[in-house]
Amino acid sequence: MTGKFRINGREYSIEFDPRDTLLTVLRENGFTEVKEGCSEGTCGACAVLLDGKVVNSCMVFAATAIGKEIITSKGLGDQNNPHPIQEAFAEVGAVQCGFCTPGFVISTFYLLQRNPDPTEDEIKKALDGNLCRCTGYVKIIEGVKLAAERMKNEKV
Amino acid sequence: MKKFKNVGKPVKKFDGVSLAVGAAKFTDDFELKDALHLSILYSPYAHAEIEDIDVSEALAVDGVVDVLTYQNVPQKLFTTAGQGYPEPSPYDSRILDRKVRFVGDRVAVVVAESKRIAEEAKKKIKVKYRVLEPIFDPERAMDDDAPMIPDPEAHMIIPAKYDPKRNLAAELDISYGDLEAGFEEADFIEEHTYRTHYGAHAMLEPHAAAAYIDEMGRLVVISTTQVPFHTRRILSMVLDIPLRKIRVIKPHLGGGFGGKQEIILEPLVALVTWRHQRPSKIVLSREEVFVSTRVRRSARLRLKTGVKKDGTITALEMDVLLNGGAYGTHGLTVLSNVGSKSLPMLNKVPAMRFFARSVYTNLPVAGAYRGYGATQAYFAINQQIDMIARKLGIDVLDYWKRIHIREGETSKIFELIGEGREGTPQLITSEHLDEAIDLGAKEIGWYDKRGKRIEVEKDKVRGVGMAVAMQGSGIPLIDMAAARMKMNDDGSFNLYVGATDIGTGSDTILAQIAAEVLQIPAEMIIVHSSDTDFTPFDTGAYASSTTYVSGGAVKKTAEKIKEQVLKVASEILDAPVDSLFLEDGKVIHRDTGRSVTFSEIALRSLYMENQFQIEATESYVGEISPPPFIAQFAEVEVDRRTGFVRVIKFVSAVDCGQPINPRLVEGQVEGAVMNGITWALTERYIFNQQGRMVNNNFGEYKIFTPPDMPEIVTIIVDSYEETGPFGAKSVAEVGINGPAPAIANAIYDAVGVRLFDLPFTPEKVYNALKATKN
Repeated sequence: MTGKFRINGREYSIEFDPRDTLLTVLRENGFTEVKEGCSEGTCGACAVLLDGKVVNSCMVFAATAIGKEIITSKGLGDQNNPHPIQEAFAEVGAVQCGFCTPGFVISTFYLLQRNPDPTEDEIKKALDGNLCRCTGYVKIIEGVKLAAERMKNEKV
Repeated sequence: MKKFKNVGKPVKKFDGVSLAVGAAKFTDDFELKDALHLSILYSPYAHAEIEDIDVSEALAVDGVVDVLTYQNVPQKLFTTAGQGYPEPSPYDSRILDRKVRFVGDRVAVVVAESKRIAEEAKKKIKVKYRVLEPIFDPERAMDDDAPMIPDPEAHMIIPAKYDPKRNLAAELDISYGDLEAGFEEADFIEEHTYRTHYGAHAMLEPHAAAAYIDEMGRLVVISTTQVPFHTRRILSMVLDIPLRKIRVIKPHLGGGFGGKQEIILEPLVALVTWRHQRPSKIVLSREEVFVSTRVRRSARLRLKTGVKKDGTITALEMDVLLNGGAYGTHGLTVLSNVGSKSLPMLNKVPAMRFFARSVYTNLPVAGAYRGYGATQAYFAINQQIDMIARKLGIDVLDYWKRIHIREGETSKIFELIGEGREGTPQLITSEHLDEAIDLGAKEIGWYDKRGKRIEVEKDKVRGVGMAVAMQGSGIPLIDMAAARMKMNDDGSFNLYVGATDIGTGSDTILAQIAAEVLQIPAEMIIVHSSDTDFTPFDTGAYASSTTYVSGGAVKKTAEKIKEQVLKVASEILDAPVDSLFLEDGKVIHRDTGRSVTFSEIALRSLYMENQFQIEATESYVGEISPPPFIAQFAEVEVDRRTGFVRVIKFVSAVDCGQPINPRLVEGQVEGAVMNGITWALTERYIFNQQGRMVNNNFGEYKIFTPPDMPEIVTIIVDSYEETGPFGAKSVAEVGINGPAPAIANAIYDAVGVRLFDLPFTPEKVYNALKATKN
């Protein structure tokens, strides 16, 4: 079947199998920043924003995402103009292998939109759906705090 | 502390932003037009022979191109261990075999136009198995009536004790001193048996491999590998493809921790692409990663120590049984490391015996895993020392300070045990363990908490425990690394290293080392790593070798570059080389202050006079392997009613020499600590009676998420290793050795229960508490 997908602000007409998940459709169409870590909704590496909400794209049938606004990590920033979250993560050492990072970036973005000044506990809760094996999360939490601080100041 | 421009600075990891954005490419991110997709059929039996396999229906499915079985793939025996040549692991594996040795062993591979077709067609393969008796208990593996698990033709290519008929993958029996006299002399004997369990690496990126034929007809393999050069060598050997026709590329890697120091998927894609002259790829599912890749081997360790009333340990005997699962990969070397990375810590013991065996069983295959045997050993040693200190009535911190190895000292073990052969004698050239113990103790609040059994609320009791450990920095006289550098017009440099950045940030720290030599900002170095066509050789990312060994190669290379830069500068400035020095991207004349920039030097050498390319290649082999040291402290809270153990705070104080990049050093320790904590508390392989892992997903194989985290503190102790690049030692592995024993010791401190078996599940703790009450 064919569907119109709005991904990172652009519309794409994509042919796909009705059984495909949103993760498969995104990855097969070049959005490889969305990572496949488990395909069972437990690791968060494939997190994207779907109409503003965080979802694990492996748990969403692509067909149900047609016409909705999809934002991936690349939709927030690129190598030369990274989003403050991406910049902060890189700066504090929250990125080791980086496979989980785009997912963490999306979850962080979702958190900071609703809660620009989160406590440490609120940060940890918001990232409950994301797994990382490299960092022990210490520097990821630090990265979220730094991003929150910078984003607050930017708005002022 | 020495003064540096680049070293010791938290330089931002070069690929950090690219990874955070998602631009950096991992194996599965490369677009391969018209690729064939592979799907593997696994054995449902732990031990069986394939009597008949009928793939005709699968082959008939529209879109299926090929089905691989043992009948149509090369049958050469090899080892999947990504180790140097000659490999110290048994040649006991085939790409596909007629016999299957664990639930998850490979039976067939379907090659199709899409992944979905391959997966569907797989179901149509009909296999008739002759089921054999499986062995799951390593203690039974060598029994006279135990069925033989490995291939009858399995063999080692180095001289080592190996007895496949008896399911013996490796054996070491090493001793020095008079053991009997030592035990005789002792006032008391402390003897206990400890058990550590299987563990999954659980790197977030599943294993994957892709292959294609390039425009010259050569085979290119992109894969999730920690060992690109070993992969190329082994592929050539197994598939009979000339090595010169193979190129292996390591793209970005989503973590490894030893799990990708194996040649697992590469032979499949290489074979398919070579045979069909079409691109091919395979990406494992999470379940496949858990079951069919590699694990940390389980261990039974019996530790016997003779102790005098004054605390002197008069003799030590360690008897080890490792369960390596169905294949022998890394068996001998992990076994060696159980002793060689732990026993030197107790170098003052006058008599020691290390008797260790690794056996085959019909369980998932053990390979390399961060810590590499040392983790298992330190679980036993640190609890044993805690118990002895308690018996002696002295603080374990003071006791460790009396007995641990010190700077300027050696251990007989260093020369007795190497990596699958005799070792290399070495003196400890830097060691600041006392400082680490003191700093860690202060941070955890040792003296306010130890032995206090503080009950924070009813039935929730807190305690503190600690552990010390060391590791190594590469394998001496075996691990070789090379680097190449060339200068560009603008004074920047390309640095080519075989060193394999698997997420650690080694590209960045190697650039920092080169930049330090040349006194330029690290950003002026563009790093290319791990491509067998374009970068020089490196053994790969394992054995805590990159900073010390690859770093050594980079430093030597940059020093050669420096000589050439100075030579050109001396021509321009018309001044002798010894009157010049480097600073901020310039060469400056000491007396006149006249200077020339790196860019001017590059332009002259490339375009103007006495033209040549400023470039150099150098290699490094470590003659010793200076160990990093660590002291780790856990504060836990035990719920007496449920047996639930919560780690409140975890402190590590590490002596890794001069940190090249302190942020990345902290990251290595923090990651290792968290991995160690969950291995101790929540991770476990649960097998059913047939040997099938039943919890093969992240929902049931529990690793912590952010809300589960304790407070984690990492302290880098001031230290400098004279033989290392700018004083550096390794840091990647050592941090995983302490969490399990520190937690065990803390649980004892809190509730007086000694736990000898991992993991410390609530059930186990609860039962132990109940047993003590009775």
